[in-house]
Amino acid sequence: MSEPILSLAGVTKSFAGVRALVKGEIDLYPGEVTALIGENGAGKSTLVKILTGVHHADGGDIRFNGEPVHIGSADNAGRLGISAIHQEAVVFDDLSVAENIFVTDRPRKRGMVDWATMRERARVILAELDPRIDPRMPMRQLSVAQKHLVQIARALSNEARIVIMDEPTAALSHREVEELFTIVRRLKAEGRAILFISHKFEEIFDVADRFAVFRDGAAVGQGLIRDVSRDQLIAMMVGRSVDQIFPKTTVPIGEELFRVEGLSRGEEFADVSFGLKRGEILGVYGLVGAGRSEVMQAIFGLTRADHGEINLEGRRLTIKAPEDAIGAGIAYVPEDRQIQGGILRFPITSNIALPSLSHLSHKGFMRRSDERALAEDYVTQLQIKTSGVSQRLEELSGGNQQKVVIAKWLATNPRVLIMDEPTKGIDVGAKTAVYRLMGEMVAQGLGIIMVSSELPEVMGMADRILVMRRGRLRATFTRAEATPESIVKAATDA
Amino acid sequence: MLKLIGVRRGLPHEVGLGLLTLLLLALVTIAFPRFLVIDNLKSLVDDTALLIMLAVGEMFVLLTRGVDLSVAANAALTGMVVALFNAHYPGAGILPVLVIAIVMGAALGLFNGLLVWKVRIPSIVVTLGTLSVYRGCVYLVSGGAWVNSGQMSPFFLSFVRFPILGISVLSWIGLLVAVLAWLFLRYTVSGRNLYAAGNNPNAAGYAGIDVGRMQCLAFVLSGAIAGLAGYLWVARFAVAYTDVASGFELQVIAACVIGGVSITGGVGGVVGVVIGGLFLGIIKNALPVVGISPFFQMAVSGFVITVAVILNAGSYRKNHGRKILERAEASS
Repeated sequence: MSEPILSLAGVTKSFAGVRALVKGEIDLYPGEVTALIGENGAGKSTLVKILTGVHHADGGDIRFNGEPVHIGSADNAGRLGISAIHQEAVVFDDLSVAENIFVTDRPRKRGMVDWATMRERARVILAELDPRIDPRMPMRQLSVAQKHLVQIARALSNEARIVIMDEPTAALSHREVEELFTIVRRLKAEGRAILFISHKFEEIFDVADRFAVFRDGAAVGQGLIRDVSRDQLIAMMVGRSVDQIFPKTTVPIGEELFRVEGLSRGEEFADVSFGLKRGEILGVYGLVGAGRSEVMQAIFGLTRADHGEINLEGRRLTIKAPEDAIGAGIAYVPEDRQIQGGILRFPITSNIALPSLSHLSHKGFMRRSDERALAEDYVTQLQIKTSGVSQRLEELSGGNQQKVVIAKWLATNPRVLIMDEPTKGIDVGAKTAVYRLMGEMVAQGLGIIMVSSELPEVMGMADRILVMRRGRLRATFTRAEATPESIVKAATDA
Repeated sequence: MLKLIGVRRGLPHEVGLGLLTLLLLALVTIAFPRFLVIDNLKSLVDDTALLIMLAVGEMFVLLTRGVDLSVAANAALTGMVVALFNAHYPGAGILPVLVIAIVMGAALGLFNGLLVWKVRIPSIVVTLGTLSVYRGCVYLVSGGAWVNSGQMSPFFLSFVRFPILGISVLSWIGLLVAVLAWLFLRYTVSGRNLYAAGNNPNAAGYAGIDVGRMQCLAFVLSGAIAGLAGYLWVARFAVAYTDVASGFELQVIAACVIGGVSITGGVGGVVGVVIGGLFLGIIKNALPVVGISPFFQMAVSGFVITVAVILNAGSYRKNHGRKILERAEASS
């Protein structure tokens, strides 16, 4: 067996006293793909940032071909042949493709940037990856998948020996993922070491040779992928078994509470009809771009549907703006907590009171004590971890931020709660807390519509599952009928 | 309007702006043929050369997502210092004057840049402060007194006016600054990194580009050009006093934005800035000729600038999918 090209042992890193990496350990081998697995907050991105020289490690041992090295800067990382392809495609949108590839090392002639050589070399590299990409195009005109390819081209251009891929498939279609994997296998065959970060187990078992699992900043397992099962990986990742993550409670399902009939809007979605019962969690599954959020936004009055009707408790609603929806008893916890859900710089009190201001005010004036009482009530009920209700939202952890956003909507006394990706970007413990909260809410007779792209979440929490694809409702499953295969098939089949 | 006269997908937006500028020139000339006489044009070019130089310097800072409000104050202070130097050493010749102007301007720019880079204060705050500091220093070094043409050496005054091929040295220097800036931005690694740092600071960090250093470099360049412009300004108008170029920084920024420089960084070029400067220069020179009351001139030129910026930003967004002006609610 060959020696690892890069080996980390006992690497630590703290930010302002918070330990992001407690025991960073991983070995990368030439010609092999190592999958790095872990929940959000497990320390994966910190590890990547240390490897790419963006952050300095506080302590620990980093060896390159057996020799201790200090990375410390992006330049040094480049010199060692470490190149990274980042999740969100870290590129320069207004610079040309060629310049994006050679940004760390632009070809020069007599000290001046040599554009002709740069374009030519870019063309040669891109010919192997995607000949449709013209090196002169501005980066902005490329698809997300193509932007990833340009980052791979960057790795190829500087003869990278270690290629880090940080969730490169997050925004790619099935076919684009296949194309990416073909390239990954080529890089592997060329003897490069690849660190592949992904949440998707199918991908990991498809492409990786080895795995390394991180939990709470520490390495908890390493080995060969062929020696391990998916459930073993999950258990290592979360430190507990799968049943504990989804605390689904059985709540008696009541009569129909809410009904949408024939809802359509432009090219976004068409002829969407469904009902929601009291005490029911209705999961809405689909790929990114299937039109799920668009439907919810139309129900909530953020946009207006062209056709269709919305009924709550048998009464037809006219929703022209969110205030109509709130007034009727519909609340919407949006997907992006930080931008759409809450006001980060405001204290918890103002965030929770915001949609209920008209109930709370007396002749147009606010009483701070009422606001405070409301917030304190929810902080206790939802077990929000905070030093006090005047703490600013941005100072809370992701999970607690999400609880505040949920509290804010519960304070409006809704009968229907729409939750768009309710656990996106929060860690496992906080997810479970949110799920438990959902159980309590339906027990009180609410109906919840949960839009989610996470299959385990939909299957673990929903009583019924709607699947959308390209703006239309394609299938409905009861909790008993649903299998991962049938759901994914409905979401992806043309 | 820009759309009507040919800004289409693929066509550089500078072409549309250039056509708009020519159209403006044509309209003014049709109404007042006197406008296009050689003497008037020469003075227009001389005035505009100062604006263009300062705008090119400002562009460097805007490209890195900053803003330099201190350019005019820098020019006033440097202009006063070289005027006093000249008054005390009337026989020193032109070279020391130019060197002092550029070095001192660069030093004032470096001060801004270090505060932005090392102390991490937003550039708008830094330069809002140094704008007042630098202008206050003009008063300090001069004691509030003017330096008049009588106290200036003949070489000090005539250098900027000396004609080469019928065009003043002042205008040639403006052209030289623009050409050097264009070469710098297109063909040097630092110039390219300036774009990269402003276009996506996050990605620049990953690529090993020190964004703070690039911001600092932009301020030094802006300062050096402002210093040089300070001498040229004082010599052209043959007087140095506390209020030289007071408020001029706003026109400088306007020229940049009209020229297609994004105030959110990473987008823009010298050619656009030069045309933007010419556009503003024509408006400023045409209004008195057209006979608009001085009381209305500011309002009219402000209105025209606003319209030009809106048209330009709109067409730019359409063509490049990139916003020059972010909506206020989307920022922060």
